[in-house]
This record gives sequence, C-alpha cells and structure tokens, in this order.
Amino acid sequence: MADRAVALSGKTGLFAAALVAGLILAALVAVFTAADVGAGLGPADWAAVRFTATQAVWSAVLSVLLAVPVARALARRRFWGRGALITLLGAPFILPVIVAVLGLLTVFGRSGVLNQFGAALGLPPVSIYGLHGVVLAHVFFNLPLATRLLLQGWQGIPSERFRLAGQLQMTPRALFLALEWPMLRQVLPGVAALIFVICLTSFAVALTLGGGPRATTIELAIYQAFRFDFDLGRAALLSVVQLVLAGAAAVAALWLIPPISMGGGLDRPLRRWDALGGGQRVLDGGVITVAALFLLLPLGAVVLRGLVGLGQLPPSVWQATLNSILVAGLSVMVLAALALPMAGWIATRRRGGVEAIGLMGLAASPLMIGTGWFILINPVLDPARLSLPVTALVNALMALPFVLRILVPRLRETLQDYGPLTQTLGMNGWALWRLLVLPRLRPQLGFAAGLTGALSVGDLGVIALFADQDRATLPLQMYRLMGAYRMEAAAGAALLLLILALAVFFICDKWGRWHADA
Amino acid sequence: MKYLTLAAGVLGASAAWAETPELTVYTYDSFVTEWGPGPAIEEGFEAECGCDLKFVGMGDGAALLARLKLEGARSDADIVLGLDTSLVAAAKETELFAPSGLQADYDLPITWEDEVFVPYDWGYFAFVHGADLSAPAPTDFKALAESDLKIVIQDPRSSTPGLGLLMWVKAAYGDEAPDVWAGLADNVVTVTKGWSEAYGLFLEGEADMVLSYTTSPAYHLIAEEDDSKTAALFDEGHYMQIEVAGKLAGSDQPDLADRFLQYLVSDAAQSVLPTTNWMYPAVTPEGGLPEGFEGMIQPGKALLVPNGDVPALREEALDEWLTALSR
Repeated sequence: MADRAVALSGKTGLFAAALVAGLILAALVAVFTAADVGAGLGPADWAAVRFTATQAVWSAVLSVLLAVPVARALARRRFWGRGALITLLGAPFILPVIVAVLGLLTVFGRSGVLNQFGAALGLPPVSIYGLHGVVLAHVFFNLPLATRLLLQGWQGIPSERFRLAGQLQMTPRALFLALEWPMLRQVLPGVAALIFVICLTSFAVALTLGGGPRATTIELAIYQAFRFDFDLGRAALLSVVQLVLAGAAAVAALWLIPPISMGGGLDRPLRRWDALGGGQRVLDGGVITVAALFLLLPLGAVVLRGLVGLGQLPPSVWQATLNSILVAGLSVMVLAALALPMAGWIATRRRGGVEAIGLMGLAASPLMIGTGWFILINPVLDPARLSLPVTALVNALMALPFVLRILVPRLRETLQDYGPLTQTLGMNGWALWRLLVLPRLRPQLGFAAGLTGALSVGDLGVIALFADQDRATLPLQMYRLMGAYRMEAAAGAALLLLILALAVFFICDKWGRWHADA
Repeated sequence: MKYLTLAAGVLGASAAWAETPELTVYTYDSFVTEWGPGPAIEEGFEAECGCDLKFVGMGDGAALLARLKLEGARSDADIVLGLDTSLVAAAKETELFAPSGLQADYDLPITWEDEVFVPYDWGYFAFVHGADLSAPAPTDFKALAESDLKIVIQDPRSSTPGLGLLMWVKAAYGDEAPDVWAGLADNVVTVTKGWSEAYGLFLEGEADMVLSYTTSPAYHLIAEEDDSKTAALFDEGHYMQIEVAGKLAGSDQPDLADRFLQYLVSDAAQSVLPTTNWMYPAVTPEGGLPEGFEGMIQPGKALLVPNGDVPALREEALDEWLTALSR
C-alpha cells in the first residue's frame, strides 16, 4: 500500500462502506423482486429528470458561490453573538420543509414583507413561484450548510499561516490566493456535490414553490409510483436513475480534488492580521448582515407564529418529542459506528472517489429504502416494532455524506501531517485513534454529531411508512396537527422542533469546540 | 432467519391465547390522534364488544392501500378504515377484502350499492375562501377561470383531494375538461404535495382560495369561533368524497369485524364524526348534525364518478391536467 502514510486499518472502513452499500442495495433489490416487470420510463419521467437536474445544479452552484463570501467574512471577524449566529445558521437546514417554506413566504410570499415593501413603493408584486422560487428555497436551506462546511475549511488552515501572512503584510487578495483559494479548491467541489444531491431528492419544496407540474422531480415520481400507482418496478427504476445522477455528480466532483495538506501547525486560536482596513470591515459586515437577514427573517416568522401555538400543544406531542430525542441519539451512535471507520478508510486513499458510497445514502429515496426494508422485514417481524431503529438507521445513512464531508478533509490532513511520526512511534489501531485522530478531530466530530442529531430530530422520511401512533416522532405529529386544521398548534410543534434541533446541535457543537477559540 | 420466524410465531401464538380477542383496524393518521374520532370510537366499541380494539394509523388513504398491498394476505389487519371512493376499485382489485353484508339506512346524496365497503362519512370538495375576497365568489369553474382569483390546489399524483379535483372537472365537463384546465392554469398559484401544505399556504395569504371541503368552514366556526371562512357554491355541482371501511378476507376475527362495521354506522359512532373528522356522517344520527353545520353550503348536485371507472378516467384526466398546466 504505497499510498498509505499511516497504519490506519482499512478493514473496518471497508466493512462499514460495504454495509452502507449493502443496506441500500438490499432495499433496491427487494423492491425490484416484489415488482412486476415494468414498462420503463416515459417522456414525462425524463422531463422530471431534466427539471430535477437543472434545479439541483442551480441550487448547488448558487449556494456554494454565495457561501464563499459569507464564510470568509465569518472567518475573518470576531464579534459579539458570532457563536450564536453560527449555531443559528444550522437551523433552516433541519426544519421540516413546510415550516421553512411558510417562513420563507412571510418574507418572499404574495403578502410577504418584500411585496408589501414593494407595494408601498408602487412596485408590481413579485411572484416566488417558479424555478427561481425553488432555487431560492434551496439556497435558503443549503447556504447555511455550505457556509458551515467552508468555515470548517477556514478553521483547518493553521493559525501560524495567518500569523506569517500578517508579518509579510500580505494584501487580502494575495492572502486569498496563497492560503484561502487552495483550501477552497479542495473543499468546494465536495460541498457542491453534496448540495446537488440534497436538492436532487427534495420534492415538497420543488412542488410547492415550483408553481405547478412543470416542477416535477424524480422523487415525486417515485412517491407517486409507490403511493398511488403501487408500481414498484417503476419506483425502483426511478430510484436507480436518482442514484446514478447523484453518483455521477459525486464521482465527478470528488475525483477532481487533489489531496492538499495545509501543513501541521500548533493550532493557536485563530487570529487574523489581514483585512484590518475599513473597506474590508464594511464589506464583511455587509455580507454578514445580508446573509443573517436572509436566514433569520423567515426563522423569526417561524418563532413568532410558534409562540402563539405553544400553549395549545396536545399531550401526544411530548411523547413524540421523546421519540424524536431517542431517534436522534440512536442515529448519532449508528452514524459514529459507520462514519469513523469509513472516514479513516477514505482518508488513507489518494483519491476521494470512494466517498461517493457515502452519498448513496442521501441519494437513495427514503421511501425506497423504507419500502425495501419493509418487504424484507415483513415476513419475519411486525415492521412497526422496528420503526424507531429503522428510522435511526435511515437517518444515519442520510447524514453519512455530510459527516464524511466534515471528517474526511481534516482526517486526511491529520494523517498526512502526523502519519510519518506515528509510524516511527509504531502507533496503530485503537491507540492511534485515541491519541491522535479523535483529539485532532474533536471540533469536526462535535459538528458532525450535532448535525446528525438535529437532522434526525427534524426528519420525516421513513417513519411515516413504519410508525403507528405510539411511535410517532415530532415532525410526524406536527403534520398530523396540520392535517386536522390545527395550524396554530402545528406552528407550536414546529417551534418546539426548532428549539430541540438547535439544542441538540448546540450541545454537540459546543462539546466539539471545547478549548477552541473558533 | 428461521429462529426469528419461530420467535415471531411464538409471539403471535401467545397473543392468540390471550383471553380478550383483539381487533386490528388500519386507518389514516388523523383518525387516531387524540383530537380525531379514534379515541371516542375505541371507548364506545370496547364497552360493548368485550374486545381490545387497536387502531394503527399510517399516513393517508393512499398510503393505507399501499401498505396493505405490501403486507398482502399476511396482514394483521382485520379492518381497513379510511379508503375513499377513488381508491375503492384499486382496493377491490387486491382481492384482500370480504363482502360486509351490511345494510344500513344511509343518508348519502347517492344510493350506495357496494357490497364490500361500508361508507362511514362523506363530504363535498369545494374551494374555500375568506370573507375578504376581492371579487364576487365564482359560481362555477368557468367564472373562476375568468377571474383574477388565485387558487392553491393539491397534486393529484400525491394527494386524494388533488385527485378529487381532477374527477370533479372531468365529471362536470367531460371532454371539455382540458379547456377548463387551460383556463384555470393562470389562476393556480401553485400545486402542493398534500392537503396540509395547501391549506397552510391559503391561511398564510398566498392564495384567495384553496381546494378543500364544504365542511372546512365548520371547523373554523365551531372550534375557533371564526366565521370568516366560506366555501364557494358551484352551479355545476360538487364532487363527493365518501370514506369507507372494509373487512379483510384474511381476518382472524370475522365476527368481531362485522360487529365493528355495524357499530361504525350506529348513532354512537356517527355522532362523533362531524366534529372530529369534519365530514358529514353517512347515517345522520338521531340528534341531527352539530350546531354550525346547518350554515354550510348545500350543493345542488352531487357528482361522483362510478368507482369502477375511476382508474381509467384518472389516467386520461391526469394527462390532460399535466398538459394544461405544463404549458
């Protein structure tokens, strides 16, 4: 193994990767075997494929491009409330779609703030519905994620480099080219691929804001095939198309990235000497303000609406909250068992292509995985008994690509920088993990655990297929309230969900950033 | 695998030895929540049957049928409650259901002749709007199409009300349906995945009207004391949704299942439905409808595509809908 710089065993990683691929493929095979021979895909399906890909490309590119100045500004500035702002940045991403969409509409909707402001100035109303609305919503969801991932990249640049750059009195431009751009070149394609895949599988957003059946995505077609037509063959075929699209994006993006190490440092708290000038300050301040407004105004609407409904929450919501916490805890544990060995394995490869396996978990329709496993479990056991573990597992699978994206660059760097030293010392196996990897990766681990926990708290995907009323999670209970006209109570549940998800995220993230001034 | 099967077998057997028989009813989510009809019906039936009634809620009507198809003959369910008239043909095709043999004095706008399924409540689809409508409320689809009113509807590929609207236009206009949809295209603000999203958008002020039920205003009136919501009365008639329950052929409690279906159309169960499910009871209970329901609009004509014709018509109508709205 010439490309190995360190004695990190690849076997467990390979096993974890095989397990992930196996879980998804088993579901796919189960659906195919239960299906009659299908007729293949029609022109409407291909139109859906085209729309799905178009909106996903736009969403990914815009999210990532806009995230660069935001992350850069946040990396360069220290201000009161920065930590809180960064935590809040995670919020849009974990909200159930309808809650976030309703929040967005209070700003961009027909009777939203923007249009009322425009009407006061005598401007014609702007409609949010259409491709631009879909992309706007996806940027709202994913800009914060991209910002956080890029911020991790910035934090990965050793503080000594910035000290040196400060001594050399490098201009912001020169510093960008010398330090920041190489880091971005490494991180951007992976982040873009990740967001592309997220947007590939979104369908409630695309449908609601797309303004009509033009905005049909593959996931809607899968949903229709499962629920109304019960055409398992078509559903499985569409799932394959979705997996192939996501896989192609992942491989294309990840294959291009050269492994770059930023060089080991002493990891002093990051302090910046560049960008002290007034123009730079104004620029960063402006960028942060605009981004914060864009993200926090809709969230504020969710909070305001929720406060009214908090008093109306029925008791079942609290049981559902407990279930959600349980699922989140389980997901984090399952994920840790899968992601750490996989990240270790991937980080010892020269190329990042194998990370695509992680993306499969996200690209596979949760409905497909759920149905597949239902078919597998049903002859043996009552699926409802397994609803919470299966939900935790599927959530962990869906969070896997995010977590790999968070862990791998840092792990690769750590192994490249310290690998020779550890080999000289004869460190391997558990000792290597305990003494080198885990302490070095603590901020990333905290962030990853927080993200996974928060995502699971907010997830609706698979639970709906398995659950009965005793095992409902908070998002499911929220939808049930909406379905019974109880919109205010549902808004209260949404606020509870938001608080819970943020709390999970904050606690994990805080643990990770212990002793780190970042 | 063998041991698991064995374990499951033992578990199943021990349940069968238990003294009180258990009746399992698969239904949609909102039926079993504490604000739905489930708890009252469970209490009422258990008081007289000496059995344990177990509701299992799963998604909506369409998800219910999909779940049943997945489980096949092996299903634990004795009763499935919550399919609607547009799903009846597909449900019968599974051959999983047994005739109910039930005769009841239904107060439905149509004569109910199906031997397999028992209707328990029903409603009319309608466009619901607020009191502050900018134009006079339209009185038919053509007037709606000509107006500047904005509407939110549900996608027929993912929601039963959405499918109901397709059938409504088809039943009212037949071959003219594509023209009606072409006219409506510029009124449709957006199409949502399900009823909840659409109703949420409407309450948020994103549209003037939303596809819902004639009885929706009753919820606002009775539960929220808000009389500002009304349903628009359409001259061409309103499409009906009838919700039904059926007994599974593979049930291990066929007698108990029959008794439950009987209970479902009794006064005790029927009087619970209006203010929990916000639909009309299939058999008007002795005490009549709750106060507030009398103010709901009364369609002059009830439209319903015969159950057996739905699948074929759905294909055709879906194509027309997609063509008209994709332009």
